[in-house]
Amino acid sequence: MKLDKDQIRQLRRMKEKHPMPEQAPEERIKNYNEVPFGYDAETAIKEANRCLQCKDAKCVEGCPVEVDIPAFIKLVAEGKFDEGIKKLKEKNSLPAVCGRVCPQESQCEALCLRGKKAEPVAIGRLERFLADYELAKGVETPPKPASTGKRVAIVGAGPAGLTAAGDLAKMGHEVVLFEAFHATGGVLRYGIPEFRLPKEKVLQREVDYIASLGVEIKTNVVIGKTLTVDELFEEEGFQAVFIGTGAGLPQFLNIPGENLNGVFSANEFLTRANLMKAYLFPEYDTPIKLGKKVAVVGAGNVAMDSARTSLRLGAEEVHIVYRRSDKEMPARAEEIEHAKEEGVVFNLLTNPVRIIGDENGWVTGMECIKMELGEPDDSGRARPIPIEGSEFVFDVDTIVIAIGQNPNPLIPQTTSGLKIGRWGTIEADEEGATSRPGVFAGGDIVTGAATVILAMGAGKVAARAMDKYLKAL
Amino acid sequence: MFKIVKKRDLADVSKLMEVEAPLVARKAQPGQFIILRIHENGERIPLTIADSDKEKGTITIIFQEVGKTTKELGALEEGDSLRDFVGPLGQAMELPTSGRVIAVGGGVGIAPIYPKVKAFHQAGMEVISIIGARTADLLILEDEMRAVSKELHICTDDGTKGHHGFVSDILQGMLDDKSQKIDEIIAVGPLPMMRVVANQTKPYGIKTVVSLNPIMVDGTGMCGCCRVSVGGETKFTCVDGPVFDAHQVDFEELTRRGQMYLPEEKEALDKYKEECGCGGGNSEIG
Repeated sequence: MKLDKDQIRQLRRMKEKHPMPEQAPEERIKNYNEVPFGYDAETAIKEANRCLQCKDAKCVEGCPVEVDIPAFIKLVAEGKFDEGIKKLKEKNSLPAVCGRVCPQESQCEALCLRGKKAEPVAIGRLERFLADYELAKGVETPPKPASTGKRVAIVGAGPAGLTAAGDLAKMGHEVVLFEAFHATGGVLRYGIPEFRLPKEKVLQREVDYIASLGVEIKTNVVIGKTLTVDELFEEEGFQAVFIGTGAGLPQFLNIPGENLNGVFSANEFLTRANLMKAYLFPEYDTPIKLGKKVAVVGAGNVAMDSARTSLRLGAEEVHIVYRRSDKEMPARAEEIEHAKEEGVVFNLLTNPVRIIGDENGWVTGMECIKMELGEPDDSGRARPIPIEGSEFVFDVDTIVIAIGQNPNPLIPQTTSGLKIGRWGTIEADEEGATSRPGVFAGGDIVTGAATVILAMGAGKVAARAMDKYLKAL
Repeated sequence: MFKIVKKRDLADVSKLMEVEAPLVARKAQPGQFIILRIHENGERIPLTIADSDKEKGTITIIFQEVGKTTKELGALEEGDSLRDFVGPLGQAMELPTSGRVIAVGGGVGIAPIYPKVKAFHQAGMEVISIIGARTADLLILEDEMRAVSKELHICTDDGTKGHHGFVSDILQGMLDDKSQKIDEIIAVGPLPMMRVVANQTKPYGIKTVVSLNPIMVDGTGMCGCCRVSVGGETKFTCVDGPVFDAHQVDFEELTRRGQMYLPEEKEALDKYKEECGCGGGNSEIG
């Protein structure tokens, strides 16, 4: 497709992003297929032409993995998709994942010049387009660099670990990636549902790409149990270790009744549904117990994923219960929008105080109290204050607690010489170096629960620092 | 893939397998467990490490065929492989080096108590073991238990072997025998049995521990499915346990949490039986 000057001029004035077609809400809650379909080539070229190709492009500053955004968009605008994906992959080894789950609206797109007077360029959708274009056509493996002879262990095959592994392999190091679960991907596998990130079609293929760079993947190895970090150095011959074990420890509310039957941590709920494919029970062996009326406590992306999964598992009514107001909800706007379209009911300024069960120990309700907002707290968000006497009982039979995750304590507990932060995080400098020479860390294990792309950014930065460290050995 | 190098039938529905898992074998300690998955569509199930051999690089597991997954596991033969096998998980149990211990193993609990008794024995403790089952055919590891115990008492509910009655009957006699000091009691078996033992020993103020086997998914502290109240605090069996102070465990909560998926377990088993055409079988759940 060739656009003439007039068409391009028009596109550069076009205020809105080209919409991305998606499954209708009433249809999609009956299946696990991906919700948005992605751009076709023509729409992608048109959208790419909305980009002004700023000389001093601010969008790049918003990208934790430093993608040269104007350059790849220019290649899309010219219809040079093969070159476009190469450009993208120079910096980002998981573009099909990022194009789907990155919060572009608060990163690259937030800084887009076009966003000042209209909608920004749909950078995320264009990224997804290129990645899907390549997946459809067959992924090219770049030539292997000369080996440096240095051995690196990566702990955790989530976004941080996969990124660090890919980058270090591209630099010529021998990389072994250890994963505790039977499958790679970390939160991309167990946390994010199929309808947001297809596992076989997208995630597995991006992991395959990382493996094709020369990364050896070892699943079923729990570092801290099967092997310790100390042993990786002393017995397994690794010269550097990257820890990207994430925030895997579920937080509970610590209110009475939380151990009743029918109360899940979001981790358990999503792990059953996603990693273990409980939505296909009994074809898959792992079941998931779901009642008719589900309350999901929390309003982050994990809460939205739990709520939307509940609908697809057949719940008749699904509620979000959140103690602050809609302005403070931590989930992406797009996720909240999708949840609302699908019929999830939002109960804001509402906080659970007690879970109620029947004589057999199954959940029958949740006592909640109404809240109002006070002065901002340490997090900068308005502090929710209970309104005395406003207690009421919410009739529900399933409760999913999605109020956050803490760092996994296994490695901090079993590794010598690691400085640990107040909340159980591993302390690392801006390059990912920990207090122990040769040990680097990044992602949620350092920051506490954050986003996929920040973890990838940390993996990338640490890979560079590790390369420097290894070369100086 | 993890190869099954040895398989042995212990009793009607109890099987022993040695599985090649050198990394796990190198680290395994008494009290710990593994999680396995048979195939791509399989569930993750925890099983106690019954024995390990660092030289051969193998882990021994013992299981009773009670549900779909254990039946499917029991149908595998030497030379077959398991898709996933991860461990060792959980805390190793504390091992005093002297004293007198009573070990009570019931039914499915005899397998997980064996490595603990063996460890006590090797640590130099005097172990008196009491094992029981519904009927003589279900008794397992009798010789193995005898080899590591100073005394071995056997009970069957139906009187087909040993004492006609429950393990708690024999235990009571020992509790009442003031001439012999008891330093510790360990009980592993079906929940009702562990509960009875806990209640029985509490008035005597003797340290009593149990090894729990609740429903798990990941086994690394990530999901909280295996949570249990111990002394009023929520613990995760997979990372904080599986061995806990019996007098602090909320058995009522544990029992009802264990029943959460009974209908689904039955559905999966019925479907499996229909597909494999292998019919009935025992359905004692421990």
